[in-house]
Amino acid sequence: MKTAFLAAGLALAAHGAQAETRVLTVLTYDSFVTEWGPGPAVEAAFEERCGCDLRFVPAGDGAALLARVRLEAGRGAADVVLGLDTNLTAAAAATGLFAPHGLTPPALDLPVAWDDPLFLPYDWGWFAFVHDTARLPDPPRSFEALAASDVRIVIQDPRSSTPGLGLVLWVEAAHGDRAGAIWADLADNIVTVTPGWSEAYGLFLAGEADMVLSYTTSPAYHLIAEGDATKAAAPFDEGHYMQVEVAGMLASARQPDLARDFLAFMLTEGFQATIPTTNWMYPAVTPAAGLPEGFGTLHRPAKTLLFAPDEAEARRASAIETWRNALAR
Amino acid sequence: MAAGGVRWGPAAVAALVAAAVLGPLAAVALRGGEVAALAPADWAALRFTLAQAAVSAALSVLLAVPVARALARRRFPGRGLFVTLTGAPFILPGIVAVMGLVAVFGRSGWLAAGLAPLGLPPPRLYGAQGVVLAHVFLNLPLAVRMILNGWAAIPGERLRLAAALDLPPGAVVRHVEVPMLRAVVPGAFVAVFLICTTSFAVALTLGGGPAATTVELAVFHAIRFEFDLARGAALAGVQVMLCTAAAAAAGALAAPSGLAGGLGRVAALRPRGAWLAAQDAAVLVSAGLFLALPIAAVLAGGAAALPVLPDAVWPAAARTLVVALPSAALAVAGALALSGGRRRQAAGMLPLAASPLALGTGLFLIVFPLADPAAVALPVTVAVNAILALPFALRLIAPARAEVAAAEGRLARSLGLPPAAVWRLVILPRLRRPIGLALGLAAALAAGDLGAIALFAREGGETLPLLVQRLMAAYRMEAAAAAALVLAAVSFALFAAFDLWGRRADA
Repeated sequence: MKTAFLAAGLALAAHGAQAETRVLTVLTYDSFVTEWGPGPAVEAAFEERCGCDLRFVPAGDGAALLARVRLEAGRGAADVVLGLDTNLTAAAAATGLFAPHGLTPPALDLPVAWDDPLFLPYDWGWFAFVHDTARLPDPPRSFEALAASDVRIVIQDPRSSTPGLGLVLWVEAAHGDRAGAIWADLADNIVTVTPGWSEAYGLFLAGEADMVLSYTTSPAYHLIAEGDATKAAAPFDEGHYMQVEVAGMLASARQPDLARDFLAFMLTEGFQATIPTTNWMYPAVTPAAGLPEGFGTLHRPAKTLLFAPDEAEARRASAIETWRNALAR
Repeated sequence: MAAGGVRWGPAAVAALVAAAVLGPLAAVALRGGEVAALAPADWAALRFTLAQAAVSAALSVLLAVPVARALARRRFPGRGLFVTLTGAPFILPGIVAVMGLVAVFGRSGWLAAGLAPLGLPPPRLYGAQGVVLAHVFLNLPLAVRMILNGWAAIPGERLRLAAALDLPPGAVVRHVEVPMLRAVVPGAFVAVFLICTTSFAVALTLGGGPAATTVELAVFHAIRFEFDLARGAALAGVQVMLCTAAAAAAGALAAPSGLAGGLGRVAALRPRGAWLAAQDAAVLVSAGLFLALPIAAVLAGGAAALPVLPDAVWPAAARTLVVALPSAALAVAGALALSGGRRRQAAGMLPLAASPLALGTGLFLIVFPLADPAAVALPVTVAVNAILALPFALRLIAPARAEVAAAEGRLARSLGLPPAAVWRLVILPRLRRPIGLALGLAAALAAGDLGAIALFAREGGETLPLLVQRLMAAYRMEAAAAAALVLAAVSFALFAAFDLWGRRADA
């Protein structure tokens, strides 16, 4: 009996303490919250300054995130959504579920200008084909050269993966009306198409393909985390399509002030410094100490390709259709 | 079976299962609004899905018959272990199995390394052939076990009678084995066919391109990327209808064996002759190698990476057990309830045809207004996995139940035994073997499941398959391989423990 009362008392006390602490709920993708992702460091740094409880809710990958927001339709606990990219922000804005952040961001280290009233970027990267310099010392330098070569690649499906969608838009941005012909020529170079990034990258590391669609920053992981300098990104003459990862606050946020604080914090040192070696992307604001050693060795494309969110949204369906028609034969 | 409670119980379970499958689909459709027409690409996906599933199922069953027959008529040291070990591929999570197959049959795989010195090109894994290879690898074990149970259930009296009459081998095949196969093979075919119709990651990864688009991928794209719930529901609905029709057709083909009942004593075919023995040995060795090599590759890759095994693997393993054990118990209880009648069995097969993604999304829509999805992650995952494993449990238990009913039903009725006593004294003891196997399969399948928990999971609440996936997404391929090894070991230990318990019935 005594212990039962004690337990009840403790539960009440805990409940009381909880009621005083504000809770900020951030919906994000899975790999952000793992112990190797940015989540733990970001949580510790933000909780220290906000005196609140920051809770991450993982919701699959980037595409699953927007579907989750639409499933919850403003009735969920989430205040902030972190992990959409600019290929999806037009669709996200059209739901009417997001609220303006109302912030003036600091100077951003992005290759493109930024003035989105709903979303703020936290990191970015260029898509690229990653190869092993020992096995493929002289990679092709354009989509046409790749198609003419017998180099074998593994890519992701644009219908289930954000890098896959990025690649389809890359070919579209670089070659416009000729995208269908490029894909038809690439067909015999493609070993297979995987549902997500991890399966493709796993197949590449297992030696099933000479190159894999990933990011120019991927070699930094191998260099810094594994001490392996054999991976490199192949520079393409037509330029590289970019992925900008963003966060926004929901109109239904229960803690709008805290949500805005978090978005502001996102562009400060405590968040940005963790990005390069946890998310393996470029931070939106370069930390004071600069980028970690190893990032200096990465290829930085001279030409950046990126559709504005509205244009990416308008072209998405037809670009996927072009891809499918050229490859399904 | 005259008591009202016993009659209504199974009907309620059947209704519950049907509601659990169709309710979430209806929830997705309702939220989606107007019924969507399917695009030409959707029909192409449907055609590919059904074609690859039919070929995969036909090949699995065709190969399973000689393997099961060799196992049924031979006794050799380690036979029990062999039977249990060959079950392993079926319980491997899809992506782990793909990595194992790639290590053996891929461009840089073991087979390619063996062919290279002979001047031969590497095998062509990616394409329709790769999809079928993977599906046969994953499902051959299930087909073997279902058919082997058929052989084991042949009453010993029949075999002794055949031996006493000195029937020639051809006559034994005609009068004993073929009737048994006619009863068992259609069920095995349908089970494998239905499993293959909801394949997604395996089919796409090994399919070589968008020509290998399955309905499940189309559902994924519609729901996740386009948020076109109406189209997602329409696709999932068409899939359920087609699969139900296929199951009904195969069910109509399945003929009760018509073999007279026996006393449950075990006797086995013992064909003599060195030629037959060599034939059986060759069948068992090739099947064993085909099933074991990719698993050996998974084990080797995982073992090499054990030094980087993350600590998170142990709590994840504990969570996996918390999901797997209740799921298995629920699935088998449901299967026992449904095993008595044909129409109820049809309801029990329904979950196999349901798109896991549409199911998860529908459940989310139903649960979300009522409770925090993360708070109910565990019970929902247990329930979903129990429902998804129910068809397997049912296919394993129902044929044996029918044999028991045919053999003992009349006597039990004439003695006027109460239903509870019939279950305790007659049915359960004779079903121990399929119940053990069903518990093992259901537990292992729940341990490897990824579909149900993904939408409901919360920070840190990951099970082993989710951990493997998250490690891969964070570049940690080696750690993922090590965690996959632990996952395979946990799944297999669950499977083997229950299976061996069930098979001690033979001892």
